[in-house]
Amino acid sequence: MSGTFVGMPAFPEAAREAVHDQTLRGNLRHATHTIRAKRRTAVAEVSDWAELREAGKRIKDHTLRHLDRYLVQLEESVTAAGGTVHWAADAGEANRIVTRLVKETGESEVVKVKSMATQEIGLNEALEEEGIRAYETDLAELIVQLGKDRPSHILVPAIHRNRGEIREIFAREMSEWGRPAPEGLTDTPAELAEAARLHLREKFLRAKVGVSGANFMVAETGTLVVVESEGNGRMCLTLPETLISVVGIEKIVPTWRDLEVFLQTLPRSSTAERMNPYTSTWTGTTDEDGPRNFHLVLLDNGRTDTLADEVGRQALRCIRCSACLNVCPVYERAGGHAYGSVYPGPIGAILSPQLRGTASEIDASLPYASSLCGACYEVCPVAIDIPEVLVHLRERVVQGGQVTREGNKVVLRPAKGHAAERAAMRAARWAFTRPGALRTGQRLASRTRRFHPRTLPGPGRAWTGTRDLPPVPAEPFRDWWHRTHGGKDETK
Amino acid sequence: MSSRERVLGRVRRALADVPRDDTPYERAVARDYLGEHGERTVEQTVDLLAENLADYRAIVHRTDAGGLAGVVAGLLRERGSSSVLVPPGLDEGWLAATGVTRVADRAESTPHELDRVDSVITACAVAIAETGTLVLDGSPDQGRRRITLVPDHHICVVRVPDQVVSSVPQALERLDPARPLTWISGPSATSDIELDRVEGVHGPRTLEVVLVG
Repeated sequence: MSGTFVGMPAFPEAAREAVHDQTLRGNLRHATHTIRAKRRTAVAEVSDWAELREAGKRIKDHTLRHLDRYLVQLEESVTAAGGTVHWAADAGEANRIVTRLVKETGESEVVKVKSMATQEIGLNEALEEEGIRAYETDLAELIVQLGKDRPSHILVPAIHRNRGEIREIFAREMSEWGRPAPEGLTDTPAELAEAARLHLREKFLRAKVGVSGANFMVAETGTLVVVESEGNGRMCLTLPETLISVVGIEKIVPTWRDLEVFLQTLPRSSTAERMNPYTSTWTGTTDEDGPRNFHLVLLDNGRTDTLADEVGRQALRCIRCSACLNVCPVYERAGGHAYGSVYPGPIGAILSPQLRGTASEIDASLPYASSLCGACYEVCPVAIDIPEVLVHLRERVVQGGQVTREGNKVVLRPAKGHAAERAAMRAARWAFTRPGALRTGQRLASRTRRFHPRTLPGPGRAWTGTRDLPPVPAEPFRDWWHRTHGGKDETK
Repeated sequence: MSSRERVLGRVRRALADVPRDDTPYERAVARDYLGEHGERTVEQTVDLLAENLADYRAIVHRTDAGGLAGVVAGLLRERGSSSVLVPPGLDEGWLAATGVTRVADRAESTPHELDRVDSVITACAVAIAETGTLVLDGSPDQGRRRITLVPDHHICVVRVPDQVVSSVPQALERLDPARPLTWISGPSATSDIELDRVEGVHGPRTLEVVLVG
């Protein structure tokens, strides 16, 4: 993943800082609440939402189950339509392929459509090292790039910035990258959008190489689909002579008809629109319309490892709509940066530790970045049971076990730092299998309840740092049951 | 081993636990969702299209075949356009009442040249009522994708009711995936500032739709 995220602290530490940032909290609350209400309305407009969701889930599951077949079919149809297909097992390989393709054109700059896959592999940084400048053209990506910032949301990477901050960044930084911001720029969104239009237009008009991702790839026809709002996608997809698309292998759907499901569920889930302003579809190259050279880079980078996990593989159904971020109480308070990945929020908490493994501190902590409230599952348009995968990944972190990394089966050792938890569980198992000891222990606990501390000492302190210790009742349940004959003599 | 073989090998090993399933795709996925939402007459469908287009800030005009040239001339005049991009197969009659300079859609034109043209006029392939969407497929009366992108003012003529469908599934059925498609729902917009929709970024900031029928 992007180098900018390397060495991130674990989620609780990163989040602690974020929750004390009043501006950030305000920005996130405002944005997520706005979109939440709109999404509800947009979804309520279609009476068959549940059926669309189920169909989306099944299409994706079927595709994943036969992914090898559909990848080969896609390769054939893209090639037949005039495109060139490349395969990249990991980020480094994908970056090398794209760098080589750009160099072959003789150009030293590219315009980019917003793409999660290229962020995941750190393409901009890799190109920069080779002397190629990548211009982000999505408004939010532009804000992040100009502000030397990191993305904090899948759909709106600059969601943590309010209009005043955006104005500041534009006024200060645009001149470094090209056309400066207009004199007297105010913070009205329309003026900020206009400033971006003017700043980027010269880049679009001279661009010879475009780099994109794709929302969908249709195996039977070789068609790629990009869903967007601003028209920057259309600029990058049609004006340059060469187009390079880097797409995760899980983005395939089998047939053209399958788009009828996702083109209904994706816009309503992400921007809460009936339809997003622009959707482009292209199949290879077209004579005298758009790029003459089209390259598709199929990216694995941890996806096949995720596919190998029976429970976790459902994360690959994700269509990157970001509805789960917008409803998540943890995301709303902690913000996207705390997740230490280009994929923040609930989906990030199950995707990052699977794509990258759980070896780093941040990845091992992500499955815990949730209250398991289930709001994410409820809004997910492809019904990913995020809480189920979170619990599954917690188990993997604590207990270790067999996982797949870079295509190889390896055995994970149980995580360190869960010794107290494991000791407590062992003690519980011992007590619960010895009724006499349990009874004695419970009675003892009840009688000494006045002397119980409110917080735990030693390693238990972390647990009671954010919770009260539950009070012990005056009488154990089993004694009460016995004394009142199962509650019948309650008055006794 | 090539990366292709490596990735495909990983996929196959990852799926080793999955039982074999040879159900043909048509039967593998239940499609219990609707073909369209609600029942409408043809006229109501056209009305819904107009309503949804307007809801996303497209400017909608309605006329008949006889009035079209007059409407188009009026739109270009009001806009103050002195030039208009014209795809090769556009019905000449649509521009019969205006004298603005016609600029042909040619492969040789540079993006900078297109940027100097005030307006563009095209037909469309299909329009979707439920979502307020126009789909262009690069046919001769719609031209290359870029001509409806670079100029700031797009006039799109929709023949109603023939070109109007109710829903996304119906539209996909009519469209040819081999053609490069552009789906347009209102003028260019963004939700990137505080997740609030603002019209007008890189694509045409003014979209005028003329429903002819």
